[in-house]
Amino acid sequence: MSRHAVITGIGVTAPNGLGTEAYWAATLEGRSGIGPISRFDPAGYPVRVAGEVSDFTAAEHVPSRLIPQTDNWTHLGLTAAAWALDDAGADPAAFPEYEMAVVTASSSGGTEFGQREIERLWTKGPSWVGAYQSIAWFYAATTGQISIRHGMRGSCGVVCAEQAGALDAVGQARQLIRTGTRLVVTGGADASLCPYGLTAQYSSGRLSQGDDPGRAYLPFDVGAAGYVPGEGGAMLVVENAADAHARAAPVIYGEIAGYAATFDPRPGSGREPGLRRAMELALADAGLAAGGVDVVFADAAGVPELDLQEATAIRAVFGPDGVPVTAPKTMTGRLYAGGAALDLAGALLAIRDGVIPPTAGVTELAPGCDLDLVRGAAREARVGTAMVVARGYGGFNAAIVVTKTD
Amino acid sequence: MAQLGSFTLDDLKEVMRACAGVTESVDLDSDIADVTFEDLGYDSLAVLEMAAKLQNHLGVVIPDDVAEQLPTPRALAEYVNVRLAA
Repeated sequence: MSRHAVITGIGVTAPNGLGTEAYWAATLEGRSGIGPISRFDPAGYPVRVAGEVSDFTAAEHVPSRLIPQTDNWTHLGLTAAAWALDDAGADPAAFPEYEMAVVTASSSGGTEFGQREIERLWTKGPSWVGAYQSIAWFYAATTGQISIRHGMRGSCGVVCAEQAGALDAVGQARQLIRTGTRLVVTGGADASLCPYGLTAQYSSGRLSQGDDPGRAYLPFDVGAAGYVPGEGGAMLVVENAADAHARAAPVIYGEIAGYAATFDPRPGSGREPGLRRAMELALADAGLAAGGVDVVFADAAGVPELDLQEATAIRAVFGPDGVPVTAPKTMTGRLYAGGAALDLAGALLAIRDGVIPPTAGVTELAPGCDLDLVRGAAREARVGTAMVVARGYGGFNAAIVVTKTD
Repeated sequence: MAQLGSFTLDDLKEVMRACAGVTESVDLDSDIADVTFEDLGYDSLAVLEMAAKLQNHLGVVIPDDVAEQLPTPRALAEYVNVRLAA
């Protein structure tokens, strides 16, 4: 009996929409959640535009007991996880606790929480640093809190691979399903738009310094000059197909048909980056030819050199204009550990609704980046198979292929 | 609450709410003076957090190992009051 990992629930906390349907409606209409940073005064910082989840109030979504113990990133993750379980119609109490697991991605950990505590340390002294700093900052905090809240005591974990992390988490979720776990909450979130977090991100040299929210993040465009950072992400519920059918799960969004991860060669080696290989390996893992893919959700770094690398890899795998490509993250910014999870949610909704969301802002493709980039408006299309591609700072590459199930 | 001296149970409840929140199934406004922190949903980390806050705001020193030996709101409030009176 082969086991197939299918996605039965989606929960979204995105800068342009709180909740899956709000996010999807905004994304199809091309409505962006990118704007001037409001969380602090960014005037003295080189990055002043971001994708903030501005309509989120933790007290409305997170048990009050957990709020003082956890970072905003965990609040967003807990919320998305609860929504994904609701969407799946899955009551955790009805599952054996050791047969449920949580695997999420995290890139920054709880930096906003940490910044607050560090400020207390230097202004008031060590005794003012809260005890919860010990559990709020670290990468596994969101996984742990989801696990505790819903009583999921199977094999839990966290993946730290920057923007590629959520795909690796979902790959691990598929592995757990194959080896007998009944239900996995997976995906990713990040929320590091505080001065400390932003300063750390800025050191990559890849962030946009543009002030115009509509023009600050233009992947594959001649005007590409870095990316806009964002916060939020998505959580997914993954189950074994036969079990999901047996319990009459309300929706089966698709199957995780293929997954692969690669690592880049060392900088300066002159060797090809690992992205193309990740895409090819994911296709092979799915048992599909490139022609079987109906849309690629691109990594879309927004950095000219990285855009060219990605466009070259996509063209090498799919042929020139061989596949529609999109980057709805132009409406949210790059969400780090949340980014690829949100793209995966988008890919599953594209399959559900037969429509490819647009890439916002891009007007003129850069030389070498001439892809069939869906722009201007959403494009109706039969989407049976979608690929999501992600690259994480530091050399991580991952690709996932999801397919429609009947 | 008079028997508890100048630091009342209500004062303590405020600290509990502020630094560790409230479990959905617990009503802090009911008579909880002798219910253990554990039963109220406050784990050892929450108790350490409360002890640190009391220490910082009232100047009452509550060593970590002592905090762990104060199982109920009444015990913690009484400990604070004895030190405040001293």
